[in-house]
Amino acid sequence: MTATVTEHDEKYHGLTAEQIEKLGEELDAIRQRVIADLGETDAAYLRKVVTTQRKLEIAGRALFYLPVVGWVPAVACLSVSKILDNMEIGHNVMHGQYDFLGDPAFNSRMFDWDTVCPGEQWKYSHNYIHHTFTNIVGKDRDVGYGILRMDPEQKWHPYYLGNPLYAFLLMTFFEWGVALHDLEVENIVSGKRKLADNKPLYPGLMRKIRKQALKDYVLFPALTGPLFPLTFAGNAVANLVRNVWAFNIIFCGHFPAGVASFSEEETENETRGHWYLRQMLGSANIKGSKLMHVMSGNLSHQIEHHLFPDLPARRYPEIAGEVQEICERYGLPYNTGRLSQQLFSVFRKIVRYSFPGGTAKVSPVRGPGSVTEDSLAA
Amino acid sequence: MSALISPPAPSGAVGRLLRSRLAAALATPHTVDRYLERFNPMWAAHEVRARIVSVHRETAGQDTAPVATLTLQPTSTWRGHRAGQHVLVGVELPGSAKRLTRAFSISSAASAPGEQITLTIRAHDEGQVSSYLVREAQPGTILHLSQAQGEFTLVESPATPTNNHLLFITGGSGITPAMSMVRTLLRDGYDGRAGRKVTFLHFARSPEDQIFAEELAGIAAADNDVTVHLRHGDQVFSEFELRRLVPDHRNTDTWLCGPAGLVDLVRDAYTDGEGELSPRLRMEFFKPAVARTAQPGETVEGEVSFTRSGKSAAATGASLLEQAEELGLKPEFGCRMGICFSCTRTKTAGTVRNVLTGEESSLPDEEIRICVTSAAGDCHIDL
Ligand SMILES: Cc1cc2nc3c(=O)[nH]c(=O)nc-3n(C[C@H](O)[C@H](O)[C@H](O)COP(=O)(O)OP(=O)(O)OC[C@H]3O[C@@H](n4cnc5c(N)ncnc54)[C@H](O)[C@@H]3O)c2cc1C
Ligand code: FES
Repeated sequence: MTATVTEHDEKYHGLTAEQIEKLGEELDAIRQRVIADLGETDAAYLRKVVTTQRKLEIAGRALFYLPVVGWVPAVACLSVSKILDNMEIGHNVMHGQYDFLGDPAFNSRMFDWDTVCPGEQWKYSHNYIHHTFTNIVGKDRDVGYGILRMDPEQKWHPYYLGNPLYAFLLMTFFEWGVALHDLEVENIVSGKRKLADNKPLYPGLMRKIRKQALKDYVLFPALTGPLFPLTFAGNAVANLVRNVWAFNIIFCGHFPAGVASFSEEETENETRGHWYLRQMLGSANIKGSKLMHVMSGNLSHQIEHHLFPDLPARRYPEIAGEVQEICERYGLPYNTGRLSQQLFSVFRKIVRYSFPGGTAKVSPVRGPGSVTEDSLAA
Repeated sequence: MSALISPPAPSGAVGRLLRSRLAAALATPHTVDRYLERFNPMWAAHEVRARIVSVHRETAGQDTAPVATLTLQPTSTWRGHRAGQHVLVGVELPGSAKRLTRAFSISSAASAPGEQITLTIRAHDEGQVSSYLVREAQPGTILHLSQAQGEFTLVESPATPTNNHLLFITGGSGITPAMSMVRTLLRDGYDGRAGRKVTFLHFARSPEDQIFAEELAGIAAADNDVTVHLRHGDQVFSEFELRRLVPDHRNTDTWLCGPAGLVDLVRDAYTDGEGELSPRLRMEFFKPAVARTAQPGETVEGEVSFTRSGKSAAATGASLLEQAEELGLKPEFGCRMGICFSCTRTKTAGTVRNVLTGEESSLPDEEIRICVTSAAGDCHIDL
């Protein structure tokens, strides 16, 4: 690292503009290499996951016909099926990761997932808004989801005393939270958005909610006849399990200690290198087994996902080592930890930010692995 | 072999159940087919797929592009076809797993729902789909099909006889839709007793390149009022010869399908002194008929921006697909003539012109087929 240093960028761990460009090129090279290698193995993997998910779903629906003994396994199958549908399949397909196959079944423009949030609307709020403006307070609406205070740059208000309660409710009703997210209620309250702007969203939202509710809470229960209440409850629990899991994975991806946030001024005139850096510094990974990665839709590799949102997620583990090596070389943090560790860290943040204050600045640490604790205690 | 031929696709009561609103509601947000296909590719409730039953070499094609006929067993969802129609065929190429879509005319006689059909395909040297289907595809391979489409169809049948004379002019693999029509007529009992003639005029590069040579010789020899004229090599189309074969050709129902050179000559022969093209001439193109879209002398002002890749260029009047390719982008495409929708992209802003209809549109966030759309001013494409 002997680049002629002219301009150090504090926010970016003291890297020079030149170093940042170099970093961008290294990451682009990884991207190109993976793209050139995409092919049958990716297709076979996706099809295998989908087949497994469909079998689990069918098994789950069928097991509800076995009174008493079938209920727990039914809920288990259905929960796993919904998790796979939403995470490893839906989230990733709707990112366009498998558009290259040319198969309408896995085309981002046609796919929709098993939650009440219409894929169409999610693709705008998530693929576009969140992935473009990652962790820019005031622009990325995933920072606190317009409900929570997750960053000191969000001005404190007595309302935030309820932070832990809101987080609990958001976890329980996560699919509904994601669906209503697109309505930008907080922007309507603050006057940034007009109620009328939401009008075009209602029909799609209502249609999706109606279909999802009809299937899980009317038709499948009715088909089990006298077991209606049990099936109804089982479907509700499966949706709940999925909600809790998805919430936790997603919160571990952006809110553990050490994840940086950015202001709108800081990110003006960003270059591609800066964009990459912001994605790296604004995301966190979860260490775990292969099963853990599959069940999280490989969002346990949130850093790699944010760098390359449209590469098939199954490729993230294989490039994670390289990304981490790059981080080390440039003296950048690579935020990762076990699920329990990341969850605890998120939990502390939720509680901490229900009160005023808190510091945002990740201390300008340099060197590998040095960011695991942050300055929250301040 | 019989396992390949018999369609295990659900039909009857099961089929009706799978196509019901209840099944759709239970499968939501996915479709019933998304479940069925995971278990057996020949099970379908709505979509059409087909299994290759056999591959038959039509011409050896030592020096030139070989031709093969594929016999396909479609799923029970196949609604049948009218002679002259084509299907879109989706093929997953081994190695890349990428599905490519191309149009092929059906060469067999009109089919009923669920019935077998044939496609007759010429392997282009660098053609990805045609080479694969002709040279590599094996019995058992599954193809994705659309329902039959197209209006280049036979308007007559033995059931509705008229004494119209029918004329088919074809070149190369353009013989396929006309073959389907003639086969349909003969299968359905056409024997010339209605007093109308059928003239079949075909141009092939050489006798070795002649597709369906034996069958055509049989048709020509039989007593059925179908006359077959095969022309090879240097014997190119001439209006003079056509006038001799069909004196009042401009007032004869004519189906034309072949390479651009042939099409141009025939069009001239059907154009009268005032420059009017006879409405009796029907044409089918296997290659995009429109490449350049701006009228000669017309200049297009504006810049085309491909927003996802960050590339842009001045609008030239060429299709957006061509403009993207000139910039080194590789957007998905199939037919390149606006029929398969593989190239659909979102135009996020600006004005474009549909080159088939000439219609201009400035709607934001509009889905457009970039192979038949050109910039009519500044425009942004999500690509
Ligand atoms: C309505 C319709 C019906 C058709 N019916 C038939 C049919 O019955 N039998 C049949 O063999 N083909 C038919 N075609 C043509 C077919 O759809 C493909 O265009 C052709 O098989 C080449 O596809 P490919 O993927 O092999 O070539 P590509 O990989 O798309 O192209 C490779 C190269 O071949 C050239 N090329 C592409 N298409 C053609 C063409 N048609 N003629 C000459 N050069 C071409 C390209 O310019 C390119 O250089 C039909 C097309 C249409 C639109
Ligand atoms: S490529 Fe078929 S519609 Fe454009």
